[in-house]
Amino acid sequence: MAVTEHDVRHIATLARLGLTADRVPALVAELNGILAHMDVLAKVDTSGVDPVHGVGAGGMRLRADDGEPYPMTRPRESFAPEMRDGFFLVPRLATHADEEEGA
Amino acid sequence: MSPHDPGSLPVAQLAASVGAGRLGATAAVQASIDRARDVGAGRDGLNAVISSDDEAALRAAEAVDARRGDAGDAAALRLAGVPVLLKDNIATVDLPTTCGSRILEGYVSPFEATAVARLREAGAIVLGKTNMDEFAMGSSTEHSAYGPTLNPIDRTRVPGGSSGGSAAAVAAGVTRIALGSDTGGSVRQPAAFCGVVGVKPTYGRVSRHGLVAFASSLDQIGVLGRTVDDAALGLEVIAGVDPLDATSADVPMPSLRGGLAHVSDGLPLRGLRVGRAKEYFPAGLDARMREQLDAAFALLRVAGAQIVDVSLPHTELAVPVYYVIAPAEASSNLARFDGARYGARRAGAGLREMYEHTRSEGFGAEVTRRILIGTYVLSAGYYDAYYRRAQEVRGLIAQDFSRAFDTVDVLLTPTTPTPAFAIGAVSDPYEMYLNDVFTVTANLAGVPAMSLPIGHVDGLPVGAQIIAPHFGEPAMFRAAYALERALAVEAAA
Repeated sequence: MAVTEHDVRHIATLARLGLTADRVPALVAELNGILAHMDVLAKVDTSGVDPVHGVGAGGMRLRADDGEPYPMTRPRESFAPEMRDGFFLVPRLATHADEEEGA
Repeated sequence: MSPHDPGSLPVAQLAASVGAGRLGATAAVQASIDRARDVGAGRDGLNAVISSDDEAALRAAEAVDARRGDAGDAAALRLAGVPVLLKDNIATVDLPTTCGSRILEGYVSPFEATAVARLREAGAIVLGKTNMDEFAMGSSTEHSAYGPTLNPIDRTRVPGGSSGGSAAAVAAGVTRIALGSDTGGSVRQPAAFCGVVGVKPTYGRVSRHGLVAFASSLDQIGVLGRTVDDAALGLEVIAGVDPLDATSADVPMPSLRGGLAHVSDGLPLRGLRVGRAKEYFPAGLDARMREQLDAAFALLRVAGAQIVDVSLPHTELAVPVYYVIAPAEASSNLARFDGARYGARRAGAGLREMYEHTRSEGFGAEVTRRILIGTYVLSAGYYDAYYRRAQEVRGLIAQDFSRAFDTVDVLLTPTTPTPAFAIGAVSDPYEMYLNDVFTVTANLAGVPAMSLPIGHVDGLPVGAQIIAPHFGEPAMFRAAYALERALAVEAAA
């Protein structure tokens, strides 16, 4: 299987990676170069083999959903770009005003 | 280094000397700081250490010395006054944790990795953070936003990667132990290239809490040591179950240092079956690498081990499997570096554009490639062909190991196909991935493996890898101690 420029742009969108147009052709070549080596996996007989999802002894342990949050050495404010009323501020995603503008 | 230099003392001896008051922790730390300056470990030299705070390290050393004076408990500290370095993807509260990436430049964690907390509790002094391939994706430490690390054995060569800074610093004598992380060979391969010991423990043996995740089903924190005993002590201190990592295993850590004991009949490996897997000795393997390994097998036989031919038939599929699974997990783990949760935010019109600007400006070329591959193999229409299929073949690789370990106790293999290559010599991504051909299998199966130096080719170190069954570190170290001692005896003869 080989990826096209369209595929690369699509997976970049899924991965939230902004790619400039001039990088796409080189990435198509690089990804196809790598994926060609994966084709061998299609030829392996895996009938009766369970896929491995992890290698830990006995999987993950569960614990009671209680207890104090992990103690941090610095206040939250020290590593948030902006805070207001105890909340982190992130860039605006959409507002009612945007919706009206788009309508 | 003179014999009186604290830096030349094995870790066990240094800690005992500090604990007993024969040597100050401050003197030990100062010796490491001096050594780092003399060898040029920093950004303008080997570029192995990318952040450090000498004054803080000396203050921590003074605190260890003070504990000895006041409470008298320093004697119980297993790493009293031992300087250590940490790979820069292991969280520390007092130094930045950048993962070798622009996106985390200046980031200081609000909590500390469990492995680091355990080192400090044992009296170790954190000297600094070491360079690495960005987000541990690489085998040469050339893919760091902070520039390449040089191999101290030959500064025109790479130190291996991705824990290249830790390996180079230990090889240059800055510290006797350093922590790294190993997802596909990132502790063992640089250990081999730099001529030091590198251990990847069993998956679950060491807590991953505070290790910035790359591929969570493969990642383990490991130890680089000057000698087998240095590495053993470091691993004993950091191992053990941790409530903050649900995949850490509640399996007691037996002493690894039993291998030091003298054996009355001179056969320290009596009864040990060592496997020679033909897939790790392909026809194309450099003849001089093969000779070094053959010599190591001969030494193990003289030490009492029985050498048994075995086969792990799916070995050649390990690199393709790894380079599906590791990028898939990475594409998910690295989603958090988006400028909102983590990462230096770059402005954009709206949330999506902010994400895209932050990530495209923050990640380097190899990380971008792997996120794209990982996203592709998990996407609708390709999941079954790539990701699910890779998980199935991973099952076959794990099965190979469990069958081999029915007949042998450990395996001995080359760690790498070649010694350290020249900086800039490998530009094709897949050719770089093939450096991991002998190491990724242990991560895929979750078994422990370690590399130790066994000789040289063209003046460059060569490493042998010992692989053991799950939680088989004691047998692995028993073989490693015996091989290291036999090599020393041979060198002295």
